[in-house]
Amino acid sequence: MNLSVSLGRLTLPNPVTVASGTFGYGVEYARLLDLNQLGAVVVKGIRLTPVRGNPTPRTVEVASGLINAIGLQGPGVDGFIEKYWPFLKTLRVPVIINIWGTTLEEYAEVARRFDALEGVGALELNVSCPNIKAGGAHFGTDCRLLAEVVAACRRATRLPLITKLSPNVVHIAPYARAAAEAGSDALAIMNSYPAMAIDIETARPRLGNVTGGLTGPCIKPIALKLVWDAYQAVKIPIIGMGGIQSAADAIEFLLAGASAVAVGTANFYEPQTPLQVLAGLRAFLERKGLTDVRQLVGAAQHQLG
Amino acid sequence: MFEDTVTILANERETDAYFRLVVSAPRIAPRVQPGQFAHVRIPPLREALLRRPFSIFQVAGDTFSLLYKTVGKGTEALARMRPGETLSAIGPLGQGFTVPAPGGETPLLVAGGYGMAALYLLAQRSPQRGVVFVGGRRRVDILCEREFAELGWEVRVTTEDGSHGERGLVTQPLVTELRRGTTGRKLFACGPTPMLRAVARIAEEFGVPAEISLDQPMCCGVGVCLTCVVPIRTATGWEYQRTCTEGPVFDARVVLWEVPE
Repeated sequence: MNLSVSLGRLTLPNPVTVASGTFGYGVEYARLLDLNQLGAVVVKGIRLTPVRGNPTPRTVEVASGLINAIGLQGPGVDGFIEKYWPFLKTLRVPVIINIWGTTLEEYAEVARRFDALEGVGALELNVSCPNIKAGGAHFGTDCRLLAEVVAACRRATRLPLITKLSPNVVHIAPYARAAAEAGSDALAIMNSYPAMAIDIETARPRLGNVTGGLTGPCIKPIALKLVWDAYQAVKIPIIGMGGIQSAADAIEFLLAGASAVAVGTANFYEPQTPLQVLAGLRAFLERKGLTDVRQLVGAAQHQLG
Repeated sequence: MFEDTVTILANERETDAYFRLVVSAPRIAPRVQPGQFAHVRIPPLREALLRRPFSIFQVAGDTFSLLYKTVGKGTEALARMRPGETLSAIGPLGQGFTVPAPGGETPLLVAGGYGMAALYLLAQRSPQRGVVFVGGRRRVDILCEREFAELGWEVRVTTEDGSHGERGLVTQPLVTELRRGTTGRKLFACGPTPMLRAVARIAEEFGVPAEISLDQPMCCGVGVCLTCVVPIRTATGWEYQRTCTEGPVFDARVVLWEVPE
């Protein structure tokens, strides 16, 4: 049975990855599961300099979901390389580094820095974080800016580029095309959806940042539709994510057109989820008499002709 | 740190809204240090996804117990679970209290409500017996007084309504005690944030060391999500540290109670 999939020039041993921001820098979960069984490890977003992040409270649990406004707290490129890369580079599976910046130049500079680092699997461009004032979704919700960010990073590195798109657009197709045409090797769909919650006793928003991004099982149908739409718009592979907590969820994304999937919020409550998804996917392929996971990719689209 | 399916051995009402849960957890229980916690998934919860963190109260062989108050959907669902049912638990987690060395400091423990639970193992494993100050609103909020007394510890109770022990706040008898002497004494505290803040201020005033266990909303419990961060003083300024990983126990001197401007 073949489980390996390719994201442009990057080959994953299997299609089950993790979503940036829900898996730290890998090392935190290494004692609870074998990271080398994943399709790839995707680390939390890194910019050039250290980031302190947003005031607390930073997350709030809602019905079948979670709203977060962490604010991309992180060690910056140097801190990441010093503190986390020695562990990550020992992994046998690809490591995808999620990067961001507040200017085009910063995105390109971060890409350049990681281009010089031996062993990076791919860079994922975060142009869709709803929780930071400058950068993030600012770049992901303007087609022209999106194309410029991707092109700037393309010039800065030979590494495969994955562009992580925002769900907060009227139609995703033009964004998918803009990223593809500017040199992105793959797309990651989707980031969190802008959201908030209010404490009725105090009449205050429940997040320190006032608003945040919604994730978890409640966003799955939205994410699935975005993958469906993007698959029709571009030829480059898609990593589907949004509320995946079972093999069945992952299979839906594959059928909609994703070549790989990422488990996100579920890692927080069940760290074994990615491995459970992989085992369930394997069993599903066997039950259906399929020999290659790629037979699932986009199959729901092909059904409709 | 392990993630295990643990079996409920007992889950009984202690007083009022407080319950005591005992689980069989052969890999987790023997490794627990005082002040560490377990991150528990409560299966009957459907729409509420996240695990809930609980300080580990007692350990006996392959079992550990939790003392919890029903405060929301998670703990209410937990209270309905019966012996024989199973839970997923990740633990032991976090940096716990520093157990005093033999002949070292005499511990003065300060607990608010179910904060008592986080301090029991410390009292049990401390080579020196000390005094535990416990406070609550009413008599029913004073937990495990007997257990501490059975360890040979002196328990001083305060309640805000005066229904048990001295009337007032837990910090009053603490201050009285510190006025008698501070040499060789160290404070260890767990309870609501305003109480911890008061304890930190008292420790500073009297020049005694203090370790405090912070209670912050958590999400992943293992250092990934960066939900439970608190501002901590560093050599060069301050940074957000994780209650689940660098904490929950911090030296009172490094905790900044407000985010600096």
